[in-house]
Amino acid sequence: MMSSAVEVVDLRVVRGGHEVLHGLNFLIPEGSIVGLLGPSGCGKTTLIRSIVGVQIVASGTVTVLGSPAGSPVLRDRVGYSTQDPAVYADLTVIENMRYFASVLRAPRADAERVIGEVGLTEQAGQVVSTLSGGQLSRASLAVALLGQPQLLVLDEPTVGLDPVLRNELWRLFHQLAEDGVTLIVSSHVMDEAARCQRLLLMRDGEFLFDDSPDALRAYTGLGDMEKAFVHLIEEKEAIQV
Amino acid sequence: MNPAITMATVRRILSQIRHDHRTLALIIFVPSVLMVLLYYVIDNQLVFDRWAPMLLGLFPFIAMFLVTSIATLRERTSGTLERLMTMPLGKLDLLLGYGIAFGLTALIQVGLVLTIAMTWLGLDLAGSVAVLTLAALLNALLGVALGLFASAFSRTEFQAVQMMPALVLPQLLLSGLLVPRDQMTTVLEWLSNVMPLSYAIEAMQKVTTSAAATAALWRDIAVIGGCVLLALVLAAATLRRRTA
Repeated sequence: MMSSAVEVVDLRVVRGGHEVLHGLNFLIPEGSIVGLLGPSGCGKTTLIRSIVGVQIVASGTVTVLGSPAGSPVLRDRVGYSTQDPAVYADLTVIENMRYFASVLRAPRADAERVIGEVGLTEQAGQVVSTLSGGQLSRASLAVALLGQPQLLVLDEPTVGLDPVLRNELWRLFHQLAEDGVTLIVSSHVMDEAARCQRLLLMRDGEFLFDDSPDALRAYTGLGDMEKAFVHLIEEKEAIQV
Repeated sequence: MNPAITMATVRRILSQIRHDHRTLALIIFVPSVLMVLLYYVIDNQLVFDRWAPMLLGLFPFIAMFLVTSIATLRERTSGTLERLMTMPLGKLDLLLGYGIAFGLTALIQVGLVLTIAMTWLGLDLAGSVAVLTLAALLNALLGVALGLFASAFSRTEFQAVQMMPALVLPQLLLSGLLVPRDQMTTVLEWLSNVMPLSYAIEAMQKVTTSAAATAALWRDIAVIGGCVLLALVLAAATLRRRTA
C-alpha cells in the first residue's frame, strides 16, 4: 500500500474574519503530481500555506510525510515556492542558491544543479533585480528544488513563462515524480490541468472536483479543461438553486 | 541554532551590503564627514573633545537602526522571511546573522571615524581606545536589535523610516546630550533612566574624561549589553513561523 504524502482532515482557515477554507478533506499519495486549480481568490494559496505549515489554521489537521505540517523534521524535506518570487533581489542568482543551500545543509554543488534545472545557467552571475519576470520566478522555483525534498509545493510556478520553458519545467516535474517526489502545483491556467495525474478543482474555499483529468473529461463529456471546469460550476449552481 | 547557518547568513547579508555600493559608502563615510564638520563648526578643541565621543556612540546606533529595520522589513515583505521560516533556520541564526554582519560593518565605520578624530582632528581621549570601541560596537548592536524589533511594527518602508525619529529622537533628547540628566525634572529623569541610549552616552562621556575604566563605566556597558539582549529577545518574539 502506498503511504500518503499529505493528509488533510476537515481543514478550516479563517482570514480577516471570513472563513476561506470550509472543511477540506483529501489524501495525496506519494510520488504523484497533483494540480490545484481554480480562479484567483478561491483559496489555493491559503491551502498551500497550510500544507507548508506557515498558515494559522482554525481547525482540522494537516499531516505531511507522517508529521504535522510545519514540524521541524519537515523543514528540509518540503520544498516550497511562493507565488511572488521570494529571493534576494540584491544578490546574484548563484549567491541566492548558495545561501539557501547552506541553510538547507544541501551539498554546495546543488546551487549549480538547480540553476541548470530551471534554465538560468547563463544568468547565474546576474543580480536578481536585473532578471526578467519569468527568469525571476524560475530563480524562486530553483530554491524549492535545493536539497532532496520529498514534497514540492509550488504556487503558480509557470506564470509568465513561454510555452517552451513551460514544457521543460513540466518535464522536470514528471521526472521528479518518477523519482518518488510528490508535487502539488497550483495554477489558474486550466490547460495545465491536463499535465497532472490528479486534479483538485477549487472554488470559494471548497473542492468542486477531485480525480484525474481523464475522469473529468469522462464526467463532463468535454475535452477542453476550461469548458469542463465551467460545466462543473454551472452544474453545482444548478443544484444549489 | 546552527553555527554554519548563522555564518552563511552573515556572509549573505555582507554580500547584500557589498553589492549596494552607495549604501556602503554612506554608512562608512558620512559619520567621518560629519565629525570633520563638527570640528570646524565648534572650532574649539576642548569643546570638541567633549562632543566627539558622544557622537562616536551615536553614529553607529542610528545608522545600524535604519539599515537593519529596512533590511528586515524587506525580508518580511519580499517573502524571503516566510521561505526561511519553512527551512531549518533557527530564529537566532537570523538575529545573530544580522547582529554579526552589521556589527562588523559598524566596526569599519567606527574605526574610520575614530582614526580621523584622533589624528587629523587631534581628539584627546583620557580613557582607552579599546573600551571606547567596545562601547561603540555595543551601541551599533543596540541599533541592530532595536531595528529588528521596530521592523515588526512597520508595514511599509515609509513607516520603517519614521520609526527612527519615533524611537531614537526621544532617547536622544533624554540622554543627557543636550541637558545633563540630573538637571531634568523627576519624571523626565526617571524616563531617562530607563532609556538605553542614556547609558550609551554616559559610557562615552566617561571614557573621554577618566583614564581608568571605573566600575560605573562597566555598569553602563553591562546595561547596554543587557538592553541588546532584551531587544533581541523581543525581536525573536516578532519572528513567527505561522502567520494569519
